[in-house]
Amino acid sequence: MIKVKNIIKSFKSGDSELFVLKGVSFSVSSGEFVSVTGRSGSGKSTLLYQLGALDHPNSGEIHIDGTEITKLSHEKRTDMRLESLGYIFQDYALIPELSAIENVLVPLMMQGMDKKTSEKKALRSLEKIGLAERTNNLPSQLSGGEQQRVAIARAIAHEPKIIFADEPTANLDSETSEAVLKNFTELNKEGQTIVMVTHELEYASLTDRIITLSDGEIVSDIKNQKN
Amino acid sequence: MQKVQNKFNKFKTSISVGFFLAFRQVKRSSIATTILIVFVMTLTFLNLVVVRGVLVGLLEGSTNVYRSSYAGDVLITTLPKKNYIENSQSIIETANSLPWVEKLTYRYIEGGEVEANYKTRVNLTDKANSTTGSIAGIDPVLENSATHLSQFVVEGSYLTSEDSDSILLGANFLRRFLDIEAPGLTLLENVFVGDKVRVTIGGNRKEFIVKGILKSKSDQVDFRMFVLDSTLRNLIGRSDYNVDEISLILKPDTDPYVVKDALLKSNVDTNARVQTWDESLPKFLLDIKNTFGILGNVIGSIGLVVASITIFIVIFINAITRKKYIGILKGIGIDSRALEFAYVVQSIFYASMGILIGLALLYGFLVPFVASHPIKFPFSDGILVAEVPNTLVRAALLLIATIIAGFIPARLVVKQNTLDAILGR
Repeated sequence: MIKVKNIIKSFKSGDSELFVLKGVSFSVSSGEFVSVTGRSGSGKSTLLYQLGALDHPNSGEIHIDGTEITKLSHEKRTDMRLESLGYIFQDYALIPELSAIENVLVPLMMQGMDKKTSEKKALRSLEKIGLAERTNNLPSQLSGGEQQRVAIARAIAHEPKIIFADEPTANLDSETSEAVLKNFTELNKEGQTIVMVTHELEYASLTDRIITLSDGEIVSDIKNQKN
Repeated sequence: MQKVQNKFNKFKTSISVGFFLAFRQVKRSSIATTILIVFVMTLTFLNLVVVRGVLVGLLEGSTNVYRSSYAGDVLITTLPKKNYIENSQSIIETANSLPWVEKLTYRYIEGGEVEANYKTRVNLTDKANSTTGSIAGIDPVLENSATHLSQFVVEGSYLTSEDSDSILLGANFLRRFLDIEAPGLTLLENVFVGDKVRVTIGGNRKEFIVKGILKSKSDQVDFRMFVLDSTLRNLIGRSDYNVDEISLILKPDTDPYVVKDALLKSNVDTNARVQTWDESLPKFLLDIKNTFGILGNVIGSIGLVVASITIFIVIFINAITRKKYIGILKGIGIDSRALEFAYVVQSIFYASMGILIGLALLYGFLVPFVASHPIKFPFSDGILVAEVPNTLVRAALLLIATIIAGFIPARLVVKQNTLDAILGR
C-alpha cells in the first residue's frame, strides 16, 4: 500500500541546512494500523506530511498504491488527497463557518457527488463515529473530542485507501483520546489502513506496528505482539 | 474528448463547491462586517454615479432652464446677415400647422440702453445710472403659456396685455443681484419695482415703469428686458410684424429633429435659422458640458480604482486571516479553483448588494429628491443626472473591477504552499 524509499528532507536555516529526515525507508501493507512515534523534533510529523502528499521530500520515493507521488504535479497531488487519502490534523482543522455535516460533505462534493448523495454519505460517516446528533452544530459549538471526531468523519467519508492522523489525541483529555482511538481501531478492524503519528506510547501500543523515529532516522520498527 | 469532458466536469464541480463555500462564509460571517462592506460598496457605487451625475446635472439644470424659459424645443432665429426673420408670419403659420407643435411664442429683439437716474442727474458730466442690453418685445400671454416666464418674477409682477408702459428687467442688469466688477460691465444701481427708467433704442426714447424683476439663472432671461411687443414695434417703427425669435414647444415625446426636418422641408431656412434646442445652446455652455462630462468620467474612473482597491483589501484581509483554513481545504483535496471562486463569489455578492442598494437609493430617493429640491448653484439649479443605461454601464464596470479585485488576492493566498498555509508559516 505504501512504499517509502530513502526519503530525505531538509530545511534551510540561514546558511546551514537542517536535515529532518535522513533516508527513511519502510513500507505499510494494506489494512495495517501503524503508529509513528518519537520525541518532539524527531521528524515524525514531517514524515507524515510527505506521505500525505502535503510536502515534497528533497529526494527519495514514496509509492502509494503503486503511484509515485513525489513526481506528481500539484494538481494531481490534490486529486490524490481528495480521492485516495484521508488526513486528520492535530488541531482538528475544521472550517469554522461550516457545520459538522458541511465540514464532512465538502470533499464529497468536490468529488463530483450531488449535494443529496454527499449529505447522505456525510451523515453515515458521522453516525459511524457516533456524532449523528450534532450534525448541524458549528465547530465552535462542539467539544474538542467532538471536533476531532468530525475531523475523523471527514477523513473517512470518501472511503480513502489510507488515513493519516497527525497526533490526533494531542489536544484531548485521556477519556476523549481513548474514544478517538477506539474509532481508529474499529475502522482498522473494517480493513482501513491507518498511519498515525503520536508521541504517546500508550496509544501507539494499540496499533499493529510501531515505527520509532529519532533524529530523522528509523531507530526501531516493531510489530506489536499485543494485537 | 473524454479529457475535455472531465476537465469541464471538474470545473463545474469547482464552481459548485466554490459557491457552497462562499454562501456559507457570507451567511455565517459577522453581520456587522457584512453591513460595513456592503455600505462601503454602496458608497463606492454612488460615488461612481452621483459625482458625475451632479457635475453633468449642474449643466443639465442650466440647459433645462435655457430650454424651458427661452428656446423651447425648436428655436427659429434670424439669419446671420439679417436684422429679423423675413416672412415671419408665414413661418409662424407653417409652424402652427405642424401636428407636433403644441405652442409657440415669438419675440422682437432690439439692443438698447436703459437709464435710471435721468431725472435726478444734475450735471451731464455725472455718471449715468444706465446699462445696455437686449430688449425683447413679447406677447405676455403667449410667452407665458410657452415659456412660463412669469414664474421667474422675483420682485413685482408679470406683464399683462395692457402694460404698454411697463418693463420687466432681468436681474443681471441690477447691481443688487449681480454684485461683480468686470471691465465694460455697467449695472443699474438702486433700481426697484415701481421706479421709472428710460429706454433708448436707435435715438427713440420711452419711459417705462419697472413692473417686475426676472431671475431664472438663464442669461437669455436674466440679461434681457421685456416689454409688450406692440410697444417695442412702435418704439422701433417696425410695422411688418417680422419677428426675431420664434420658440416652438412640442407635444410630449416629440423628437425636435423631426420638427426641424419638417420646417426645413417647408423651406423655412431660406428666411431663418432653424435649430433644435440643443443645437442652439451657446458654445461656452456646450464646452462646459463636455468638460464636466470628461471631469465626471475622470472622477468616476478614480472611484472605480478606489472601489477595486477597497474590495482588494477586503478580500485580501479575509483571505489572509483565513489562510490556515484555505490550506486545510487544499489539504483535504479541495481544488484551488473552487477556493478562488469562493472569494470571487463573495466579491460579487458584496458588489451586487452595494449596487442594488445604491440603485434603490439613487432612483428611489436621490434622483427624485434632487429633482424636487435642486442644488442651488450660482448659475444653475443643478439636478442629478443618472441615465439608466449609463448607470448600468457603471454598475457593470464596478462588478467587473470587483471580480478582478476579488480574484487577485484570493489567487495570491490560494497559490501559497499548502503546508505553509496549514502551519501558518
